[in-house]
Amino acid sequence: MRRIISLLMENEPGALSRVVGLFSQRSYNIDSLTVAPTEDNSLSRLTVMTSGDERKIEQITKHLNKLIDVVKLVDLSESAHIERELMLIKVKAVGAQRAEVQRLADIFRGQIVDITATALSIQVTGTSDKLDAFIAAQAENTVLEVARTGVCGISRGDKVLTL
Amino acid sequence: MEQLSGGDMLTRALHDEGVDLIFGYPGGAVLHIYDAIFKQDKIEHILVRHEQAATHAADGYARATGKPGVVLVTSGPGATNAVTGIATAYMDSIPMVILSGQVESRLIGTDGFQETDMVGISRPIVKHSFMVEDAADIPMIVKKAFHIATTGRPGPVVIDIPKDVTDPKVKHPYEYPKDIKMRSYTVPGKGHSGQIKKAVEALLGAKRPMIYAGGGVIQGEGAELLTKLTQKLGYPITNTLMGLGAYPASDPQFLGMLGMHGTYEANMAMHYCDVLLGIGARFDDRVTNSDTSKFCPDATILHVDIDPASISKTVAADVPIVGSVTAVLEEMLECLEQSQQAIDSEALETWWQQIAKWREKDSLGVTPHTNGIIKPQQVVQAVHRITKGDAYISTDVGQHQMFAAQYYGFDKPRRWINSGGLGTMGFGFPAAMGVQLAFPEAISVCITGEGSFQMNLQEFATCMQYNLPVKIICLNNQSLGMVRQWQDMQYGGRYSHSTYAESLPDFVKLAEAYGHVGIRIENLGELDAKLEEAFALKDRLVFVDVMVDPEEHVYPMAIKGGAMKDMILSKTERT
Repeated sequence: MRRIISLLMENEPGALSRVVGLFSQRSYNIDSLTVAPTEDNSLSRLTVMTSGDERKIEQITKHLNKLIDVVKLVDLSESAHIERELMLIKVKAVGAQRAEVQRLADIFRGQIVDITATALSIQVTGTSDKLDAFIAAQAENTVLEVARTGVCGISRGDKVLTL
Repeated sequence: MEQLSGGDMLTRALHDEGVDLIFGYPGGAVLHIYDAIFKQDKIEHILVRHEQAATHAADGYARATGKPGVVLVTSGPGATNAVTGIATAYMDSIPMVILSGQVESRLIGTDGFQETDMVGISRPIVKHSFMVEDAADIPMIVKKAFHIATTGRPGPVVIDIPKDVTDPKVKHPYEYPKDIKMRSYTVPGKGHSGQIKKAVEALLGAKRPMIYAGGGVIQGEGAELLTKLTQKLGYPITNTLMGLGAYPASDPQFLGMLGMHGTYEANMAMHYCDVLLGIGARFDDRVTNSDTSKFCPDATILHVDIDPASISKTVAADVPIVGSVTAVLEEMLECLEQSQQAIDSEALETWWQQIAKWREKDSLGVTPHTNGIIKPQQVVQAVHRITKGDAYISTDVGQHQMFAAQYYGFDKPRRWINSGGLGTMGFGFPAAMGVQLAFPEAISVCITGEGSFQMNLQEFATCMQYNLPVKIICLNNQSLGMVRQWQDMQYGGRYSHSTYAESLPDFVKLAEAYGHVGIRIENLGELDAKLEEAFALKDRLVFVDVMVDPEEHVYPMAIKGGAMKDMILSKTERT
């Protein structure tokens, strides 16, 4: 099962490597990973998308919590949450294809952020499924490059991940 | 405020933390620190002959005393040599602080001479690690390191120290922090009262109860309370390899060690119990055997551990309790005191009768040879007799380790010093040195094999330098016994790289070359007298080379893929 774990960790050198190392050391999957500072300079927020059954996820969260640099953790997928991922995608677009790509971008509420004579770069935001769907919707052999940020998320309602 | 250099701060901080003994080996990156050590007299430094031995010696010291072991090594090879010892301590949850030198800050990342990324290399085998970036942080980092290493589930902590940080010319104000608060690190204390109550109810309701106690009981100083609880209940108890001594082996409620080479009665009682109290143990594969679905099929499992990640890791717990063993045991005893529920004494009586039948198997019975050939088990039994069961026994890894675990019979915690989790050959001798330094008057014995011993024999020199009268009992079967046993059992007796009789050194001469005493025993008839002679030399290191039967196997032995009740009992008998 796909799970999104979000955590606050000390903004210390080596903290990220401890988290990533834990996953490889215990052979847990990282499907995506995103990390950046928060409004509090001493903390970073890391969101990792992983998969596994209940027992595995329980072990993952327990081991993450054991890391000295991890301050607080939430399994977002346990309750209602909002998740987003951002993608920059460059597609080949010449002739009639240019209008088609633009239409697709509109449907997916993407924005064209760069343009050349033969290619369009589009920014799309949404759930991972939506980004997958956008890639799948492109004509065959037209996708030149894809850069995705990985999932980040936040709980719905008043619930917050904070100290 | 007092102004000190980084090197002086380090020795002062160690002293303020209560450290009086460290094990180490100098080198370029730690020369400032060694100069600081030279100029003070509060901390004694033991110069080992290999950094791996420094970690094992500190480990032995920690296991025997309960205090953290402290190690000082240089950068690069000094640090990497310490890795095996750190991993050993990590697997067995031993409190240890490792100070490793590092190249100067400006050289980090440039592949400088003797540079290695110690924080990176040690990351998966430490509880935590620090890189000192500013000498002013030393007191706080040392305080945090000892706090983390010794609390909760203990473990090793590395402090990596670039050379410039300890520069004697640069001084900083020194004050040792009194206490420490870390927002990201809290230590579990009391267990959940509701869960404890549930566990006690389950225990009282049991018809075939079993208590399974591990090294956590020893680490957490819970042996006395566990003994009290077990005797109050009158239930059978088994200890893991790491837990030996958590319950007195000579008590009739003790069924012996369980697991891979556990006794028949302990493993049978585990398999057929209906309520299992696992405490300070982690249900590892040497206990459960490989297929956990066959483990204790009828049992309600109560699991007490300080580490939440140990609970339901391999075997799902019905009643999980996270807390320190002492806090949980105290509360269990209180709960028991207040409970109106009575033990089902009739069922318990039947259960003990069943156990008595299993005991009749006498799975640790030794049939002596009539031709004078010594069985390794007889040596351990003789050591037990001569030391009156009151020695500190360190071991290496292999058959001799299992024989020592099975036949020494530990009545007290912290007497059994062995690398259970990592299974590190070369551990025993340096560990026995650490024990001897901690308790100069005690009998510190290293039961070893001629294979393991050769992995750290250079420590003969350390023992000479510091007058450590360790008694080394080498069960010499002229082969890597446990490897050979498996090759006998699973590889058609093809001894691939497990024998080397023709190239073994003369251990008696070897010991003598280092200035120690060497004794060889070749015949059963001389075993007791010569061992007594060795132990009578109280102020000398004695290496006793005992030639034992190379054909001997360790039994009982779990059958791979089976349940706990599935055991090989001898070369000709299976359950």
